[in-house]
Amino acid sequence: MKKIEAIIKPFKLDEVKEALNAIGIQGMTICEVKGFGRQKGHKEIYRGAEYVVDFIPKIRIDIVVDDNLVDTIIKTIVESACTGNIGDGKIFVYPVEEAVRIRTGERGKEAV
Amino acid sequence: MKLKSITLTGIFSFIPFSAFAEEIPSINTGNTAWIIVATALVMMMTPAGLALFYGGMSRYKNLLNTFAMTFIAYCLASVVWVMWGYTLSFGTDINGVIGGLEKLFLSGVGVNSISGTIPELVFLMFQMTFACITVALAIGSVVDRMKFSSWIVFTVLWLTVVYAPICHWAWGGGWMFKMGALDFAGGNVVHINAGVAGLVLCLVLGKRHGFGKEAMFPSSVTLTALGAALLWFGWFGFNAGSALAADGIAASAFMVTNTSAAMAALGWMAAEWIRSGKPTVLGIASGAVAGLVSITPAAGFVNLPGSLVIGLVAGVLGYFSVGVLKHKIGYDDSLDAFGVHGVCGIWGAIATGIFACPDITSTASGLVYGNPKQVVIQLISVLGTAAYSAVGTLVVIFITKLVTNGIRVEKEAEILGLDNAVHGERAFEID
Repeated sequence: MKKIEAIIKPFKLDEVKEALNAIGIQGMTICEVKGFGRQKGHKEIYRGAEYVVDFIPKIRIDIVVDDNLVDTIIKTIVESACTGNIGDGKIFVYPVEEAVRIRTGERGKEAV
Repeated sequence: MKLKSITLTGIFSFIPFSAFAEEIPSINTGNTAWIIVATALVMMMTPAGLALFYGGMSRYKNLLNTFAMTFIAYCLASVVWVMWGYTLSFGTDINGVIGGLEKLFLSGVGVNSISGTIPELVFLMFQMTFACITVALAIGSVVDRMKFSSWIVFTVLWLTVVYAPICHWAWGGGWMFKMGALDFAGGNVVHINAGVAGLVLCLVLGKRHGFGKEAMFPSSVTLTALGAALLWFGWFGFNAGSALAADGIAASAFMVTNTSAAMAALGWMAAEWIRSGKPTVLGIASGAVAGLVSITPAAGFVNLPGSLVIGLVAGVLGYFSVGVLKHKIGYDDSLDAFGVHGVCGIWGAIATGIFACPDITSTASGLVYGNPKQVVIQLISVLGTAAYSAVGTLVVIFITKLVTNGIRVEKEAEILGLDNAVHGERAFEID
């Protein structure tokens, strides 16, 4: 099992979600995060006090799946989340040691 | 036909009666109704207008504390005023310095007491709302770091020691009034007074932790803009109500107040747009308030051209005072009580001496209308107010420090946020 962690631009979330649903992925967890890479922040001015806002809001999507689905999912996310501009985000893949479905107690591949 | 003319004669014969009853002072119901309404308008300026205006500019973690200080200032001033504030301000003059104590606890002021053409109770209530907002204005300089208990003690002492005398000097028959200083609705008494007090407070309190290094975002420019709009609305009561009558001067004050506010909002917006590249809503709202502050001493004395100039200068001056000067000098007047109220109040007071037009109030004439001496008189009143406010505020701070064992919150409380540390509350239920 692998965990796919995708950090994307917030306005792309619906598109990514639809694209993943279309290939049969029914579950995911998201959270609102902030960060930056090469995308610079922006300036805000309040009565002459200038602040640089470095951290840009992003959405992080976590999906845990069986190994054989990883490549399809990466391809799907890249296609649906890409705008071609700096700040599109990144995808990381982690190994997952165990997964449990709380309602039934199922473990391993049956749980994802 | 005959019955009709008898009836009409009967009705019309009662009207001149009141004009001949000059020996017995009586109330004018039109004036009374207006001043009651004006009082309610000014009342709203403190716990609603100012609280929102300042609260929106405070950091989120201190939003409620800012509200609390403003709200409680209104409550404290309400009570102090009717106990001893009114008599000290408007009691019988003692050497031009202070009023007597004959109306302590409103002694002798009853249902039938009259002040001018309105019930004395209405007059003193109207004046009370001015005391309330004046002390609340100083909050702008101290947000994020003052002890709540200290604020309460400070408010009570400051109203007694600083506000009441200055109010007496300008409006209660004291030396500024006798000298001929013009202050229609409180340029000196309210804005310069509060602005200087705020400046002294922020210098004694010291800068906020992280000032100049950390980002200190306003919690909500939306709330601030709403507060500014409520202040503008209430200011019609503040300025037009200071005519103490529902008459032509009130009408004139009404018109110039709106004009100055609008010009100043445009002026601040233009100055900011040119200098920083973006017109901010905070700037527009601040500009409106700057214009309202500046027109306050001049409201019943200047005409349209005067108000256009006063407003425009107020907006631009306010912007530079707050957006440029403060950063250059580096003092932490958190929400610009001095930068807006102090500086624009001083401009307004001097501008009154320049633009006062005898067509409006026949006894008030300024530089433009051949009376340059008025500018000098205004300057003296400004200096007198500023000097006394500074010294008086320092004394009050000193006593407050003793009574409450220091006026600044602990560093951990300041970092945590006063909504949590002082009140145990959150402003909004958001994640």
